[in-house]
Amino acid sequence: MKKRQYAFYPGCSSQKGASASNFATSIEVMCEKLGIQLNEIPDWNCCGASIGYGEGGLLPRLVINARNLALAEQHLPGQDMVSGCPACWLSTRETAEKLHESSDLLAGANEALKEAGLNFKGTVRARHIVEVLVEDVGFADMKAQVVKPLEGMKIAGYVGCQTNRPFGIAGESFENPQYLDKMIETVGAEPASGYEQKVTCCGGALAFSEPDKSQKQIRDIVESAYDHGAEMIVTPCQLCQANVEIYQSEINKKQGTKLAMPVVYYSQLMTVAYGGSLKQAGLNGHIIQPEKLKQIASRQK
Amino acid sequence: MSDSNKQAIAHYRNNFLKEVEDHVEDGEWVRMCMQCGVCAGSCPFGPHWEHSPQKIFMMIRAGKREEVLSSDSMWMCTSCYNCIVRCPRKLPITHIMHGLAHYAHRLGIAPKGQPTREIARLFWVNLARTGRVNELKFSLAMYFKDGFVQGIKNALAMQGIGIGLMKARRLNPMELLGGHKCKDKDGIHKMIAKAREIEERKQKFV
Repeated sequence: MKKRQYAFYPGCSSQKGASASNFATSIEVMCEKLGIQLNEIPDWNCCGASIGYGEGGLLPRLVINARNLALAEQHLPGQDMVSGCPACWLSTRETAEKLHESSDLLAGANEALKEAGLNFKGTVRARHIVEVLVEDVGFADMKAQVVKPLEGMKIAGYVGCQTNRPFGIAGESFENPQYLDKMIETVGAEPASGYEQKVTCCGGALAFSEPDKSQKQIRDIVESAYDHGAEMIVTPCQLCQANVEIYQSEINKKQGTKLAMPVVYYSQLMTVAYGGSLKQAGLNGHIIQPEKLKQIASRQK
Repeated sequence: MSDSNKQAIAHYRNNFLKEVEDHVEDGEWVRMCMQCGVCAGSCPFGPHWEHSPQKIFMMIRAGKREEVLSSDSMWMCTSCYNCIVRCPRKLPITHIMHGLAHYAHRLGIAPKGQPTREIARLFWVNLARTGRVNELKFSLAMYFKDGFVQGIKNALAMQGIGIGLMKARRLNPMELLGGHKCKDKDGIHKMIAKAREIEERKQKFV
C-alpha cells in the first residue's frame, strides 16, 4: 500500500522524556497500520502554546509558527502539516489563516523569517492527526485493522477544548462532538453515553498558575466519568491528559476524594486494538495505571 | 508610570475605544458586542473574575481605561475558546482577551504578581532561549518565582508527582543540563528580535 505522506510537527511535549512522550510512542504502530507516514519537520520550534500571548504578543507569536510552516513548505513540499497536539495545531492553523488574510502580517512575518534564512509563501495546510484519521483514513479502515477488540471496556471520551474549539473537526458540533465516541466504538469498547464533561476545560496552562480553580474543573471531569460507569478516560489532548491524570492525587490529598481514574490517548486504544504491545502503546507512561488496557495489551490475542 | 503608558494617554485622551482598536489584537471587534452575556455564562473560570468579557467590552466603550487594563480578568482566560464559538456576533473574544492582557503587560499596568501573567512571561523566556520548551526548567522557574524558600516548599509539595512522572519517563532530570533545543537557535533569536522590532514600530503612538 502506498503510504499517505505528511509533514509532521511533534511539538515540545512529545519529545523524548517529555510529558507526552508516551503519546509519541503510541502513534507509531497506529500510523504504520493505517498507512500514514509522518515525516518530521527538520528543526521545528515551539508554537508558543496558549500562554505565548502574554509576553510574545501578535507578530512574534505568528513568526515562530510561520518558521515551522516555512520549514515544512521548503523541506516537505506538497504535504499537509500535521500535529498531534491541539495547542500546536491551533497555533499553526491560526497563523496560516492570519497570514493568508493579511498581506501586512505576511510581509512582517517574512521580514522576520529572513533573519533565519526562511520565507513562507503560504501554501501549507495545518491539520490535526485526528483530522487525518477521520477524513483521510475513515472509520471503516480504522476498524478493519482491529485484531483485539477492547470488549467489555466502558470509556469516557473526553474531547476537551482545543481539539474541538475554535476550529474543531469538520462536521462536528462544538457542544457534543461524536468522533471520539465513534473511535471508542471502532476499537470495540463502549463509550460512556451522556458523559456531560466531554468538552469541559481542564484549566489548561492555568493548572500551574491557578491550581485550585483548575482542580475544581478536573474533579468534575473525573467524577462525571465515574458517574457514567466509565473505567477510563480517553482524550486527544496532551495537556488534558497530563492535567487530568497528574492532579488527581493532589485533589485526593486536599479534598479527601479517592480519585484514581486512568487517562489515556485514543492512539493507545488503537495501538492495543491493532495488536501492539504494552510498550508500543506507551502504557508504561502512566501515573494512574490503566490496568485493564495493560492486561489486554499483554494478552496473546 | 511607564513612558509608553504616558504616551498612550496623551495620544488618545479619552478615546480608549480607539486606542484598543489601534493597539489591541482584534480590538476593532469590540464595538460589535451586543451585550448578550453568552461569553460571561460560558467561561469555565466565570466565578473567579470580576469583569466578564461582556463587561470588559462595555467598560472599553465607556472609556474606563485604568479599570480595564489593570483588571486581572483577562489573565483568567484558559484559552478554552467557548466564548468564541458561542458568540452570536462571532467576536474573536479569546483573542481580544489575550490582546488586552498583552497590551496591559506591554504598558506595564497589568496587575503585579498576577500568577498567569508571570508564568506566561517565564514560558516565553523558556521557549525563546532554545526554540523549544524545556518542561523541567519551566516547572522549576514557576516554583521559584516567589523566591527561594517558597520555591523549595512548592517543589517539595509537588515531589510525589515529579517522581511519578520520572518513573513514567515523562520527566527527565537530565533536561536540567541542556536538554532539547533547535539547531538554529541563533536564527530563531534574530528572527524573534526582528519580529519584536516590527511590532514596536507598529505600536508607536503617532
